[in-house]
Amino acid sequence: MKDAETISARLLSGDRLALSRMISWAEDGDDRFPASLSRIYSKVGRGWRTGITGPPGAGKSTLVNELARVFRQGERTVGILAVDPSSPFTGGALLGDRIRMEERTKDPGVYIRSMASRESHGGIARATVDACDVMDAFGFDELLIETVGVGQAEYDVVTAADTVLVVLCPGAGDGIQAMKAGLLEVADVLVVNKKDRDGADRLLVDLEEAVHTREVRTDQWEVPVLPTNAVAGEGVEAVIDAVHRHRAHLEAGLLESVRRRRRVDQVKRVVGERLEDELWGGRRLGDRVEEGLDRASTPYDVAEEVLASILGGNLGAPAGDSRSEAARR
Amino acid sequence: MAQRKIKVLVAKPGLDGHDRGAKTVATVLRDHGMEVVYTGLHQTPEMIAEVALQEDVDVVGLSILSGAHMSLFPRVRKELEVRGMGHVLLTGGGIIPAEDMAELEKEGFTRLFGPGTRTDDIAEWIQTAVEKSRASEGV
Ligand SMILES: Nc1nc2c(ncn2[C@@H]2O[C@H](COP(=O)(O)OP(=O)(O)OP(=O)(O)O)[C@@H](O)[C@H]2O)c(=O)[nH]1
Ligand SMILES: [Mg+2]
Repeated sequence: MKDAETISARLLSGDRLALSRMISWAEDGDDRFPASLSRIYSKVGRGWRTGITGPPGAGKSTLVNELARVFRQGERTVGILAVDPSSPFTGGALLGDRIRMEERTKDPGVYIRSMASRESHGGIARATVDACDVMDAFGFDELLIETVGVGQAEYDVVTAADTVLVVLCPGAGDGIQAMKAGLLEVADVLVVNKKDRDGADRLLVDLEEAVHTREVRTDQWEVPVLPTNAVAGEGVEAVIDAVHRHRAHLEAGLLESVRRRRRVDQVKRVVGERLEDELWGGRRLGDRVEEGLDRASTPYDVAEEVLASILGGNLGAPAGDSRSEAARR
Repeated sequence: MAQRKIKVLVAKPGLDGHDRGAKTVATVLRDHGMEVVYTGLHQTPEMIAEVALQEDVDVVGLSILSGAHMSLFPRVRKELEVRGMGHVLLTGGGIIPAEDMAELEKEGFTRLFGPGTRTDDIAEWIQTAVEKSRASEGV
């Protein structure tokens, strides 16, 4: 499996090794990935993408395991992508989500892939959407994306998923905190997990109130608040039912535009990455920054010079030219 | 930008009950910049190989205390090969008598680590071995 043609053909014939390898190519930015994706891209768009986010330890993995179990009872195949955080210091990661999904490992209708967040800080990895596209083309009916345990600002899953489940549990902050963190805005379905624990009823009431007092969403979707006990598998059918209803809601309206936006984001991401490589890959711009700083200019002045030289299309010109250009602006 | 990491599956086959050693090794490998999938206790050789495939790991490390090492290593190796994962580096450690270790290493289980090994040595060995095998792959 050394070239794009072979891997994409094998993936489309149902080869799981090809599926795994292609996801690795996406993660590693392998230059064979774009060509292999274009060979399978006509198959992308059939699977439904459900994102599962929420604070650390809320029960996301346990719930994912249960969602997969119930989907399988309905004969639907399931691809799971579970993101865990990378250490910003060593770049290493401990990927432990699949411990909670052990029962699913023996089921050939389920595929579970762990993914380190690497340099991304939005709760998913740079390659998450690419990996979902690959799993989608492979043919899974349901795609489940578990984010890292989020705090107050990591919501990139919104751009990756069609339906977003926010999983909360008693003890991990009250309803107010969820509102402050913006968790309510990203949720299409709110799940109060660990309903067997003290404080679950209170949290449920708080969240219901919060949801009802908010203005009606522009998309007219009413966010359900559902209690679960993921360990015991209780309340899971109701969550799946809510996902199906949200799917029907989107399919009757906004789905095309949601997915279109996802592709636009992907294009922007790739352009951004390539530009970054082009700009800083060689030494020229880096040298120019050093020169500017040596002249004791402020970071803003130096940035202005650099931008002027880039936008003026004369990347290679000596620093003197761009200075006069910057001065003219 | 994107770069290739070393991905390792740390697994604990067999029936003996504690995984402190496996967890320690997993943590040390993470601290050496690797991405480590940890799967918990009582894995069968089939499950270990299946996880290795789904995760596309470079290395599988088995932690064995039960004395079943002479059969477990070959079984995991076979399950990996059946799945087209013969390129995976299979290593491991635990309480393995020296002569068994020599025998297994002769059978191609690259390198095994006994009790009292410095965990940093394991990490460094993996780093070197993966780099070498990637270089020979030409990717
Ligand atoms: N009592 C109770 N415990 C639960 C429930 N759901 C999950 N747990 C436990 O909560 C702990 C964390 O569960 P996980 O599923 O790993 O949580 P997570 O949100 O995936 O955690 P991270 O991925 O680390 O952020 C585990 O010990 C679970 O057994 C529940 O409904 N009730
Ligand atoms: Mg988890």
